[in-house]
Amino acid sequence: MKTLVHNLENGTVIDHIPPEITFHVWNLLGKQHDVVVVGNHLPSKRMGKKGIIKIANKFLSEAEANKITLLAPHATVSVIKEGKVFHKYKLSLPSLLKGVITCINPNCITRHEQRETAFKVIQENPLKVRCLYCELLIHSQEIVLS
Amino acid sequence: MINFKGKNIISMHDLSKQEIIHILKTAECMEKKKYYDLLKGKILATLFFEPSTRTKLSFHSAMKQLGGSTIGFSDAQTSSTTKGESLHDTIRMVEQYCDAIVMRHPLDGSARLAAEIASVPVINGGDGKNQHPTQTLLDLYTIKKTQGKISKLHVAILGDLKYGRTAHSLATALSLFDCKLSFISPPSLRMPRQICDELTEKNIHFTEHESVEKIIPDIDILYSTRIQRERFPDPREYEMVKNAFILDTPLFKNAKPTLKLLHPLPRVNEITTNMDATPYASYFEQAGNGIPIRKAVLALVLGAKL
Ligand SMILES: Nc1ncnc2c1ncn2[C@@H]1O[C@H](COP(=O)(O)OP(=O)(O)OP(=O)(O)O)[C@@H](O)[C@H]1O
Ligand SMILES: [Mg+2]
Ligand SMILES: [Zn+2]
Repeated sequence: MKTLVHNLENGTVIDHIPPEITFHVWNLLGKQHDVVVVGNHLPSKRMGKKGIIKIANKFLSEAEANKITLLAPHATVSVIKEGKVFHKYKLSLPSLLKGVITCINPNCITRHEQRETAFKVIQENPLKVRCLYCELLIHSQEIVLS
Repeated sequence: MINFKGKNIISMHDLSKQEIIHILKTAECMEKKKYYDLLKGKILATLFFEPSTRTKLSFHSAMKQLGGSTIGFSDAQTSSTTKGESLHDTIRMVEQYCDAIVMRHPLDGSARLAAEIASVPVINGGDGKNQHPTQTLLDLYTIKKTQGKISKLHVAILGDLKYGRTAHSLATALSLFDCKLSFISPPSLRMPRQICDELTEKNIHFTEHESVEKIIPDIDILYSTRIQRERFPDPREYEMVKNAFILDTPLFKNAKPTLKLLHPLPRVNEITTNMDATPYASYFEQAGNGIPIRKAVLALVLGAKL
């Protein structure tokens, strides 16, 4: 796949994204950067079809990595430095998601006061999280990213 | 070693079975002895952003019985919230005036937020439709006192199970005690999916019913709740269910003699006054149990030595 798109000197590659999710991830991260390459519906041995996003001079914050995990729990992240894969990791969910999800309960204090949201991961597959404040249990299909 | 000093009491989800038992035991001590000076010199701030009668009065009384004093306000109109102050700023101010805070607030999760901000312990006196842990603790205490135990009882919770916050946290708490649970409500006011899922995950057996008659012979505790009129989006819906369950003496002819009828109060029409003189009626005793429970919670979070 390296030949398909130009190589980064420094930046981040997010690989093995389910094709239907690729543009959600791009929305989350890609938009704000100058050099972004998005490939989608590429052949993949493991997944059949996959998406890949490459962003120059960009390294993920913890919150960004957590958001991507919520969208594409099996994606691989490669940190590229000086043209080489410096570090490669599989995404994983932390037990507490901070500042990643907006609570869907309109009566939740986090919708009224300035406060970073926090959700406990109750179950990973299918994903269930509980608001640390109002204690509402939210299922994967109801999750709203902040 | 269980040590509550400096801890917050925010949600039944935070308390282990051992911690609950420890609080109930401390409440028992509070009934046996007076402890006039236990909290001498301590100040409790009671912040009631939403109206309350029992919770506020019983916290005031409990604090005073232990030699402490109270400051506070009883509705948001008299607090600086009306001037647009955030909860954050109110707490940063109040924490400097007191040794502990009791708070009731209309927003869900407000107590957790206050606890994160405050350097003194925060006790949740009700956060929106979420939690009211001292109510649940006094419910458990009443069950324990009237039945001699909590485990293995058949507890039926009746009424507005959709909006009733006390019903939710009682069910959560009883899931730690290996009880048999029955939920009785009109179809439109059933126990929320969230609570049922939680019980299923913990392997707790529960059944749902639309009437009391059939199961009453098997029940040890009948916990009746008020239909929460103020939480209904449509008043016509309230009219349809307001008379769904009216408990009166004939219903109890097949009940166990040891059955106890509980209610968090205030009642509207769901328990007739005929019931008050029966041996089943335990709701006024239950309200009274708010005192030893709140004394226990105050003494524990303030680190008093009994
Ligand atoms: N300099 C670079 N610029 C841009 N992308 C790169 C660069 N080096 C590697 N990549 C991409 O980073 C990802 C990880 O690189 P690696 O060489 O480990 O690929 P791989 O063997 O296909 O790994 P995987 O098993 O994760 O698919 C791949 O998608 C690869 O195309
Ligand atoms: Mg590959
Ligand atoms: Zn929330």
